[in-house]
Amino acid sequence: MQYEAVIGLEVHVQIKTRSKMYTRVAMEYGREPNTLTDPVVLGFPGVLPVMNKTGLDLIIKTGLMLGCKIADQCKWDRKNYFYPDSTKNYQISQYDQPICEGGYVEIELPGKSRNVMGKHKKVALTRIHLEEDLGKLTHFSTDSLIDFNRAGASLMEIVSEPDMQSADEAFAFLTSLRQSMIYAGISDCDMEKGQMRCDANISIRPEGEARLGTKVELKNLNSISGVRNGIDYEIRRQITLMNDREPIVQETRRWDADSGVSVSMRSKEMAHDYRYFPDPDLMPVQVDREWREQLGEELPEAPFDKQRRFMTDYDLPYTITSVLVPDRTLSEYFEKAISANPTKAQAIGNWITNDLLRELSDSGRSLEDCLIHPEHIVGLVEQVESGAISSNIAKEVFAEMFTTGESAEAIVDRKGLKQSTDVDELAQWCKEAIEANPGSVTDFKSGNEKAINALKGKVMKESKGKANPRIVDEVMRRLLEDV
Amino acid sequence: MSESLHYKTASELSLMLADKSLSAVELTKDVLSRIHKVDEKIKAVTHLDEEDALGQAKASDERRAVGEELGALDGIPIGIKDILAVKGQPLTCGSKILENFVSPYDATSIAKLKRSGGILLCRLNMDEFAMGSSTENSSYFVTSNPWDLQCIPGGSSGGSAAAVASGEAILTLGTDTGGSIRQPASLCGVVGMKPTYGLVSRYGLVAFASSLDQIGPLGRSVEDVALLLHSIAGYDKKDSTSFKLEVPEYRPELHEKKGPWKLGIPKEYFGEGLDAEVRAAVDRAIDYYRSIGCKIQEVSLPHTEYAVATYYILATAEASSNLARFDGVRYGRRSEKATSHVDVYSKSRAEGFGEEVKRRVILGTYVLSSGYYDAYYLRAQKVRTLIRNDFLKVYEEVDALLTPTAPTVAFKKGERASDPLAMYLSDIFTISTNLAGVPAISVPCGSSSSGLPIGLQVIGKPFQESDLLAIAHSFEQAHDFSKVHPSL
Repeated sequence: MQYEAVIGLEVHVQIKTRSKMYTRVAMEYGREPNTLTDPVVLGFPGVLPVMNKTGLDLIIKTGLMLGCKIADQCKWDRKNYFYPDSTKNYQISQYDQPICEGGYVEIELPGKSRNVMGKHKKVALTRIHLEEDLGKLTHFSTDSLIDFNRAGASLMEIVSEPDMQSADEAFAFLTSLRQSMIYAGISDCDMEKGQMRCDANISIRPEGEARLGTKVELKNLNSISGVRNGIDYEIRRQITLMNDREPIVQETRRWDADSGVSVSMRSKEMAHDYRYFPDPDLMPVQVDREWREQLGEELPEAPFDKQRRFMTDYDLPYTITSVLVPDRTLSEYFEKAISANPTKAQAIGNWITNDLLRELSDSGRSLEDCLIHPEHIVGLVEQVESGAISSNIAKEVFAEMFTTGESAEAIVDRKGLKQSTDVDELAQWCKEAIEANPGSVTDFKSGNEKAINALKGKVMKESKGKANPRIVDEVMRRLLEDV
Repeated sequence: MSESLHYKTASELSLMLADKSLSAVELTKDVLSRIHKVDEKIKAVTHLDEEDALGQAKASDERRAVGEELGALDGIPIGIKDILAVKGQPLTCGSKILENFVSPYDATSIAKLKRSGGILLCRLNMDEFAMGSSTENSSYFVTSNPWDLQCIPGGSSGGSAAAVASGEAILTLGTDTGGSIRQPASLCGVVGMKPTYGLVSRYGLVAFASSLDQIGPLGRSVEDVALLLHSIAGYDKKDSTSFKLEVPEYRPELHEKKGPWKLGIPKEYFGEGLDAEVRAAVDRAIDYYRSIGCKIQEVSLPHTEYAVATYYILATAEASSNLARFDGVRYGRRSEKATSHVDVYSKSRAEGFGEEVKRRVILGTYVLSSGYYDAYYLRAQKVRTLIRNDFLKVYEEVDALLTPTAPTVAFKKGERASDPLAMYLSDIFTISTNLAGVPAISVPCGSSSSGLPIGLQVIGKPFQESDLLAIAHSFEQAHDFSKVHPSL
């Protein structure tokens, strides 16, 4: 029998706020354990939480970006449970009134090959809510250590519908979500730093069956590849059980990336009663239309929308857009570069995605520190297209632009790189090449078309690359006829 | 001096300090010697750092000597209920679970007191985590009523009321979740006030029931209470439930507002269970107001009978969550018998919490449990709204309400200790105001044949503390009940 998988994801994303969600302590990474704390973070007797408005702003932006319905009121609940990662033994969260409901994440599935666009799909979301992050536990053989540096950080939980069928789709979901979050400045979504964490609910059912199978929750998917591998493993595990007529138990399993297997953590019977109730320390916040509209105006264009626009408006091939668009700064650089002459978009796109990225990578520089003024690139393209310089010279000019920040025109003038179109001068070089290489001439005459390249190469060398190859070709052929 | 310093009011003492007939050090020494003399009998004080108190007094005198700007309470010794955080001082909440805990920060109300120049004199006994009406639930010792050492002082701010009544402090701070300032004030013959919810920041008040808790002043006169309230009131950005408003000048307004007022007598407060002597004293107080031209009318707060049940659902639900942090992991008592992390929780809490706290945590956990939430917590929230609406409705007709503060005078130690329900009824007249969030004050209005004080409760409109204080002040000024002191 053929089975299909049904996957829903629960993604936790740490929101990029300067201070924590309910106190003014800074939110940073890589600091000495337990240094980013205060009496509020540590849940000392008598302290009270106060909401960080930026945290709420950013989750509303997320909701607007993903097409969610934004609640009129932001209400807070306490989720009660005893565990050492919590300093109060309850977590401030949102239970029955999440700030965002519905919406979707648009994903792109892998295409037939790298330069072919894959199928797009909208994965439906159930809800997004805001909560505080918890401390981080590190377990040793006889005891455990707690670091509360991330405790109290603004954290959003994004819950998808069981709307994905494969590990590839889950992977695409996370990739797309991460890209959107980075685009809008909501989170850096670095899974290594725990800024993005993912749990998956996975079940299988016979293909065509409408009823959902027994679901297993998979935790500890700590990297995007971990998500793919963990889900793949879990689907295979469930299919094997099904084929062996073994029951699939509703449980929570932990993915162990090192050994490549999942292990059972707890069964459903041990599920918690979290005794949710409205947090009496935090007042509900009204989210009016004006507030929502203002945040909406601050949102950038969504990555997939931008990609579609680049392909339609500038006639860019998919391959170039798939390099430009994922990096918001790069795509903005591109748009600045083409602003003077959008008809040259493809040539400019090529310079940026090939030469510029290579120079940046070789020099270890970031785009922010790049000396090339984006509007200078169109100048370079025009120099090549007008025949003023050859494409080989253009590479040299580009490298110089990268080093000095000068315009292409300035460099060509300063270094005298303008290519020669003086037919008399070129004819003289051609004659010299013919006289000095009788072997090549004979080869060409006897029908070896390629032999002309050696002769033209001599001319290019003699002219230090400044000879216009098209004119050299014309002149050379004319002279060879007379030999 | 006709009267010992420790029985003078803050208002009187401030004048003496101002004309330099008295220094803050002299005053503090006098109060300290009073504590040495009587606290063995009263047992109100849980912590006293004399050197620190005298240091603060000396600093106040120095400020005065060099002509620095002085606060409204400069040089006045103030006792603090052991539930408000003072940096560097123990914060036990009357509980063994916090027996060695020292606060690393100041409550907002404490920071404000420090700014107003008050001397933080000592810490005062209370029912564990403010759960109780007799101070018998303190894990440390029972406080005595200064009027009869065999009786309880009321609670949970029993230490705060007894200290004021016995001259162990000029003013004190208490907290009131269901009557915990007013009931002991009534039973000890002092003035105590619960402000409107949101008037005083709760930051640094160890929460029992967050939506009901308020910090409030106790003193030997309405004027003193007005003075202390002014020092601690006001919006605090560290407390989202605190209210943005301009704090009125309560003390000057006392003398400006003279009535007459329209006063309501809620009939539900004068029924069964009300002691005859208490009733008679309150009736005489009502007669006084009538005599000065106030319009007295009977009103109804029809949902009063549900207040106690509603309170014990909401307060315990919040408490079960608020007290979860006391787990032995980060601070406070950790059981030495624990062998696992779950053990650390259960054994530390089993050893650290007293019986009443456990009872309420279990009750609160139950009412929030899946399947019971709607029937208990949610329904109680709805009833709470009805109770609040009762008050808002009668306030369309009257300025304030007059009721007894407690149904009886102080009872004997041990009398109700084994009967939680009887104990819960001590707060029957005070609980509704916490549920409604409205302010109320208890002012002495007589004493029983056995010589125990009786309190009159005036319940006011939200954030109209000025009126409330003026109404209480009018009665106080026409009587001598606040001027008599227990013989100790």
